Amino acid sequence: MQKTVSLTVNGKPVSATVEGRTLLVQLLREQLGLTGTHVGCDTSQCGACVVHVDGEAVKACTLLAVQADGHSVLTIEGVATGDTLHPMQEAFRNNHALQCGFCTPGMVMSALDLVKNNPNPTEREIREYLEGNLCRCTGYHNIVLAIAEGAAVMRGEPAPNVYGTAAE
Amino acid sequence: MATIGTPVRRREDFRFLTGGGTYTDDINRPGQLYAYILRSQHAHARIGGIDTAPAQRSSGVVAVYTGQDMTADGVGGLPCGWQIHSKDGSPMAEPPHPVLAVDRVRYVGDPVAVVIADTLALARDAAELVNVNYAEEPAAIDPVAALQPGAPQVNSEASGNLCYDWQLGDLAAVESAFAKATRIVRLDLANNRLVPNAMEPRAAIGEFNRATGEYTLYTTSQNPHVIRLLMGAFVLHIPEARLRVVAPDVGGGFGSKIYHYPEEAIVTWAAGKVHRPVKWTAERSESFISDAHGRDHVTHVELALDAQGKFLALKVSTVANLGAYLSTFAPAIPTYLYGTLLAGTYTTPAIYCETKAVFTNTVPIDAYRGAGRPEATFVLERIVDLAADEIGMDPAELRRRNFIPKDAYPYQTPVALQYDSGDYAATLELALKAADYQGFESRRREAMGRGKLRGIGIATYIEACGIAPSAVVGSLGARAGLYESAEVRVHPTGSVSVLTGTHSHGQGHETTFSQLVADTFGIPIDNVEIVHGDTDKIPYGMGTYGSRSIAVGGTAIVKAMDKVIAKGRKIAAHLLEAAEADVEFKDGKFTVAGTDRSRTLGEVALTAYVPHNYPIDELEPGLDETAFYDPKNFTFPSGAYIAEVEIDLETGQVAVVNFTASDDFGRIINPLIVAGQVHGGLAQGIGQALLEGCVYDKASGQLLTGSYNDYAMPRADDLPTFALSTNTTLCTHNPLGVKGCGEAGAIGAPAAITNALVDALKPLGVRHLDMPATSEKLWRTIQQHRAPIAAE
Repeated sequence: MQKTVSLTVNGKPVSATVEGRTLLVQLLREQLGLTGTHVGCDTSQCGACVVHVDGEAVKACTLLAVQADGHSVLTIEGVATGDTLHPMQEAFRNNHALQCGFCTPGMVMSALDLVKNNPNPTEREIREYLEGNLCRCTGYHNIVLAIAEGAAVMRGEPAPNVYGTAAE
Repeated sequence: MATIGTPVRRREDFRFLTGGGTYTDDINRPGQLYAYILRSQHAHARIGGIDTAPAQRSSGVVAVYTGQDMTADGVGGLPCGWQIHSKDGSPMAEPPHPVLAVDRVRYVGDPVAVVIADTLALARDAAELVNVNYAEEPAAIDPVAALQPGAPQVNSEASGNLCYDWQLGDLAAVESAFAKATRIVRLDLANNRLVPNAMEPRAAIGEFNRATGEYTLYTTSQNPHVIRLLMGAFVLHIPEARLRVVAPDVGGGFGSKIYHYPEEAIVTWAAGKVHRPVKWTAERSESFISDAHGRDHVTHVELALDAQGKFLALKVSTVANLGAYLSTFAPAIPTYLYGTLLAGTYTTPAIYCETKAVFTNTVPIDAYRGAGRPEATFVLERIVDLAADEIGMDPAELRRRNFIPKDAYPYQTPVALQYDSGDYAATLELALKAADYQGFESRRREAMGRGKLRGIGIATYIEACGIAPSAVVGSLGARAGLYESAEVRVHPTGSVSVLTGTHSHGQGHETTFSQLVADTFGIPIDNVEIVHGDTDKIPYGMGTYGSRSIAVGGTAIVKAMDKVIAKGRKIAAHLLEAAEADVEFKDGKFTVAGTDRSRTLGEVALTAYVPHNYPIDELEPGLDETAFYDPKNFTFPSGAYIAEVEIDLETGQVAVVNFTASDDFGRIINPLIVAGQVHGGLAQGIGQALLEGCVYDKASGQLLTGSYNDYAMPRADDLPTFALSTNTTLCTHNPLGVKGCGEAGAIGAPAAITNALVDALKPLGVRHLDMPATSEKLWRTIQQHRAPIAAE
């Protein structure tokens, strides 16, 4: 059974014909070419596919494409402004919070959701919030630092810049 | 200008942070079809026949292939890259490893058939129509039981399921030392089986160009040239010149993406049959039953000590599980990457190790982060801690008494390795101070007041990495060289491309290698481009594993830059009308010594490519040099880790409250990236110690931990903030003085955590805990040991 869905993705209206079983993440990756949203598991646990639907963080593997019909989706591709990284993305870069980069889009989308609901999270709150996002490279240490720094900058405070400055 | 040693932010991050990475599954080729691989549900069965006809007729299906189809087409088996010999001199048993099972399946997940269709959904639908006639047979699952007489036979080529019975060291010297010992400490332990779980599942796309006869494979690999060689030469018989292997952005490897896997050959071969690109991407549950697993040792260890606590001899006997078939480097892991590390950081004069490697009806096992070295470190650091307990000595003091002294280098161990540098005592002191080891007992008492058993555990480690001198590994059974290559191409206007045989799948080579080049050439990092991962671009190289990229690959880049500078001096001398011997290269300029007459690297490059005024009779145009570097020795990073844990007396819940890691990695190019490598290794080591365990049902051979529901991956709230420090001694045999840092955390952490847990439980009389020490296991341990106390 095929159905045409219309939704807003990263601020732009899009339409696509999908099967009933097509997942939102498949629509994004395979039909819309937005391959920044990743698939790391088949049990909705890894969080590599986290996007925002109507401003809420959602694992895009848990939603059928048809359920997104009429809704607004933000993916990692829509977070930066042109070549200027969002402060949370910049904090990830500044704190080396990514290595292979595969979990990173989901981590950033989750981090933005956390900070939206809790602008000044403690280390413990950050660690507990990340229950739904797996990373195999970083040991989470730098992700936790990055989210704290991203949140600080988003609050208008200076970046702690734990790792200091490099020679140029 | 010197960026080396400073925390340069990564150049690769922008694309990963904006969704701009290109991982294999992000690639789609025109006309692409999708492969679904049907896998065995049985651990061991004969295949009576496979009826593919209904699947062939299914909607959207282009082809269905079985092992017989591939064999009939001359496709070879997957080769093994390392041959071990047994004690009696006989070569290891090396059973064939068909790409698709032919007459027998040997583990749950063994590939049986491939369905190729217009969409993945249609391929999967059709796979349900493939009818395989299985006759189930008993399976050998437990590695120790598989060696017993009468155990089910996994491969007919390996009698009694034994692949080899290997030994290293001087048994007579060990026995003689044991006879003189004041005390002998004995322990039986296991090193738990793990699933690597890189976050990107494996994927592969095969493509065939009828016009040129060329094949292309896009794959999630740590070493595209190795895959091209193995698949081209041994499996599909495609000459290298007509086979391109691309490993684009790869989402983590940890060893699991070194090996040549069946799916790579399946999609490449099938693309040649159907004349359309064929794509396969693993689902996570498929990764669990098809990625090579790690570890899985069962070991008996004995340590002999004299009255002063000096180690006299060490004797180790290990059964190592290999799974159903030999994966690419599997035989080397529980032998030359294991037994050779059993001296650790200590002066133990006599060591003997024997390893029986065994086939079982489980997923093949191969290197996983650390690969043999974590197993060796766990054996050694557990028995040392147990010895300290039995003789009533502080575990830090017992280690101090036995460390190789810092003036003893080069130090020849009794297990083949020659360490070039280190200072283990100083590194331990650094860690002890950072962890406030002296103040621990008051923290233990304070915790007890809160109902928590608090423990502290030390582990030191040594690893042999920078893999490896080719002649040495060749003499030990490697069927490959382990040098590395680099091409440094200075372009006409002075920007530089570096083509490296190593591969970055999270390690940040685009940044670290750029720092090397920028500092050496005196140019901005932005003028340097690092190219890797495509056999059509890069020179033949062995890839990234074994913490080799900077020590071997980085040195190859240095060698190629040396050649560029040597040629540049000749060109500059000509331009400056000076003697070559008078021209020096510094800060990006060729200068006539003692004058201000100079030419920049860019000016020299332009002259090399526009050779109007050029010593053309003596010198070729161009400024593009290639170097291959074969290391002179392994490198020997070392460290001291201290874990502090608290166990809830009532629930068994455990928290890692402090983790201190002091490492010696030699010279550090980028401290930010090095810290990240240590964090990640620690997380995997702590995961092994507390959470991760791969469990098979011993009767049916079904994998019980086949998804993230059942296999406990470390999450952010399982781990502490890590306290890192470094104590540097330089590697003496490579020009950068670098040792490598990729595996350290995973090597040292399991023993540090386990030692801390045993220390915490010591008041209850606990002597050892096998990993993973889950809360359930800790609760049961506490209940068992409390019961007798309660009864008293």
